[in-house]
Amino acid sequence: MDYVISILGPLLGGTLVTLKMFVITMALAVPAGLMLALARISHFKVLSGLVNIYIWLMRGTPLMLQMLFIYFALPFVPVIGVRLPDFPAAVVAFALNYAAYFAEIFRAGIQSIDRGQYEGAKVLGLTYSQTMRRIILPQMIRRILPPVSNETITLVKDTSLIYVLAMNDLLRAARGIVQRDFTTSPFIVAAAFYLIMTLILTWGFSRLEKRYAVFDE
Amino acid sequence: MPSSTNNPMINATDIHKRFGSVEVLKGVSLQMSKGEVIAIIGPSGSGKSTFLRCLNHLETINSGRIEIEGEVLASTTDNTCTYAPDAQVRSICRKMGMVFQHFNLFPHLTVLQNIIEAPMTVKGLSRDAIVPKAEELLRKVDLLAKRDSYPTRLSGGQKQRVAIARALAMEPEIMLFDEPTSALDPELTGEVLRTMRQLAEEHMTMLVVTHEMGFAREVASRVLFMDQGQIVEEGQADAFFASPEHPRTRAFLDNML
Repeated sequence: MDYVISILGPLLGGTLVTLKMFVITMALAVPAGLMLALARISHFKVLSGLVNIYIWLMRGTPLMLQMLFIYFALPFVPVIGVRLPDFPAAVVAFALNYAAYFAEIFRAGIQSIDRGQYEGAKVLGLTYSQTMRRIILPQMIRRILPPVSNETITLVKDTSLIYVLAMNDLLRAARGIVQRDFTTSPFIVAAAFYLIMTLILTWGFSRLEKRYAVFDE
Repeated sequence: MPSSTNNPMINATDIHKRFGSVEVLKGVSLQMSKGEVIAIIGPSGSGKSTFLRCLNHLETINSGRIEIEGEVLASTTDNTCTYAPDAQVRSICRKMGMVFQHFNLFPHLTVLQNIIEAPMTVKGLSRDAIVPKAEELLRKVDLLAKRDSYPTRLSGGQKQRVAIARALAMEPEIMLFDEPTSALDPELTGEVLRTMRQLAEEHMTMLVVTHEMGFAREVASRVLFMDQGQIVEEGQADAFFASPEHPRTRAFLDNML
């Protein structure tokens, strides 16, 4: 027990890195995903085609490869090439990747709303953007909560990939101690930390689902 | 602009509409004056709902001309149909309220919120300005007690009455009804028809696609019979039902009554 307490410090430090990564990625990927979803269903063929290609690229290659590319290769790309420090590079990769997945969830949610809702809004004089904001998106949110919750939990665990850029997230912190002390118990503690984080998320999402269930269709 | 009261409320001329290769409207025309209540009847697939939906731009026409209170929504020259600019289309269509077969209430909003949504979002009215009016409309359709309920808690007839109140909240000049009682259990149609009858008595201009012959006979001033994308026969309601002239009308009415 004393041993567990002695390693809590570095593990909490790692958890902080993990959480920071998680929160910033969510804050960027959710709105970006919504924009991508709206672009994908738009009638501008060029725009929706470009988004299609983007989503294919992001879902079709490993997140770790995308992260390595942004960190190591992006500086040498002409015109858009920039050299990013490790944390921002990881954030950009995660946000771009998760935005693609969220976009598909949002698109499915938007397209699941009955045509009659658009017509009902249209005959009342609402514009397309008013219809989206006031009528379609609020109904969409309820339907996409379960898949979004899934994706969010995956993200918490995916953040462990940032170890390849030598950042001390929760898992890398645990591994460091394992290698130093020749014991695997830090892994158990790390697992407990992940479980607590996902438990809180699961609880939060089920609260949200209940709140949106008041108008149960 | 000349006084718009002299213009017919709806002036539709030679409307053609195709879905793919199927022509569902083959030259339908209608002139409707203020305060008229017109019922459109006909077998399913006759194009009556499509015609109604063309009038308020839920469908776009392939050729013909539509004027609402003298304002041109769509016109055709040299076989090309052109619509007014978007903003103008929206403002013309705002003269018309519509009630759907499947209500299309917003399920995430309460009854009151359903009614005040468009006046606030579209007309920019404040909540304080519109709520008393919304409550008055709810009283009129006898649903004030359901003010804070969500639509899912309502019966079909109640939903449809909310939908009527919601359309009226935008103060339309014309009300379009697309089979407003067709999705209702028979015992619930009465309450909706009563609300519509009340509206007719207040001289609202109403165009009603319906299968309710009783309503058409008693409330409508004029009846149109449509079949296969055309208006086969029309006339004053009494005369129309008493002595239909066209064999297809007779066959249809024999089936219905």
